[in-house]
Amino acid sequence: MAVPILKQGDVLIASIQSALTDVDLVELRDALVEKVSNYRTRGVIVDVTALDVVDSFASRTLRDLAHMIRLRGAKMVIVGFQPDVAFAMVQLGLTLEDISTALDLEEGLAFLGTQH
Amino acid sequence: MSESDYPKIPQRPSRDETASTLLSELVAHLREHRTDLRQEWAQRITKARLLTAMTEEEVFTEATAVYDQYVEALETGTFEALQAYARNLSERIIPRGVETDEVVGIVLLLRDVLARSLFAKYQHDFAKLNRILDAYEPAANRIANTVAVGFVQERERIIREQQEAIRELSTPVLQVRERLLILPIIGAIDPHRARQLTEQLLHGIRATRGKVVVIDLTGVAAVDSSIANHLVQTVEASRLLGATVIVTGLSPAIAQTLVNIGVDLGKMNTVGDLQGGIEQAERLLGYKVVQFVHDETPPAAPE
Repeated sequence: MAVPILKQGDVLIASIQSALTDVDLVELRDALVEKVSNYRTRGVIVDVTALDVVDSFASRTLRDLAHMIRLRGAKMVIVGFQPDVAFAMVQLGLTLEDISTALDLEEGLAFLGTQH
Repeated sequence: MSESDYPKIPQRPSRDETASTLLSELVAHLREHRTDLRQEWAQRITKARLLTAMTEEEVFTEATAVYDQYVEALETGTFEALQAYARNLSERIIPRGVETDEVVGIVLLLRDVLARSLFAKYQHDFAKLNRILDAYEPAANRIANTVAVGFVQERERIIREQQEAIRELSTPVLQVRERLLILPIIGAIDPHRARQLTEQLLHGIRATRGKVVVIDLTGVAAVDSSIANHLVQTVEASRLLGATVIVTGLSPAIAQTLVNIGVDLGKMNTVGDLQGGIEQAERLLGYKVVQFVHDETPPAAPE
């Protein structure tokens, strides 16, 4: 199932609606990287509010995505981690330490707004 | 010659001298000598310096009740009433500071007082004494057991209630400014409390849109390595929710524990005390605190 990607000025917003399979994650990654190239995007927000589970594959894919986007000169921020999901992830050692995170969409936009 | 001059020939128990008849005989004896035996018991309690938290009148009243319950239990062979009484008694005396050894002590004293009374009564008929004791022993053991266990169960129930009450008091997440939360922790942290703390913090960050959290550990002397690890994970999970965490008030013991578990302290934002932590948090959030010179009137607070 494709994840909707919205454009707001020079920011792309990917809003995950439901659980993603490994294939969906890879497709999302590739779609975002392509769009970043096409639109001269400055920032990408990935909204994971609807995710109940983030496993090591998802975590690795998100990290790859962040690195690929950075190589294109853009910043990525993940928003909307649920409290239970966040704690489950850190217990598995998936801390996503080098990736920016924010509470929600509003915060994510504010964060990117300060990153020029 | 009177009957008592002839030594009694040990007889085989007649058919109706079953354990229950013996018990009835025993119970009758205990009821007959109730006043004396109870008095003797109360005196021995005082002499052994037990139940010092209670007055003499109180000891006597309770002794009376226990004595009667004891004999009742011997007679009926049922122990529910005794158990209920033991718990009731415990509920009343535990807050007065009565200890387990005192309760066990007085029950064993009663057992002794009654046993000696039996020895005195049946001293001329050793075989009968033996049979009486055979009937008495198991019942007496069961009684001592019931009372002691009742007391201990009541203590455990009180401890559980107190623990629950402490946990409920324990981990408030306080908002002191827009986007600034403080989590002051006081006392020992057990695994249950640690989980509760994390849950309250993470949900608190979401609910108040917290951007900076100050976790103050001034009131915590030490933690073991699994709790230390849990705290680090709490900090990391908070970060995933977009919040910055400042940890303050680390005691030398906790600092040592963190080093021992291999925490990269470069990644942890720590400040010595709570005041310093709040000041740093305010800076991060862009607040500036200005103090008025003493002869200026500070502006009125907003309505």
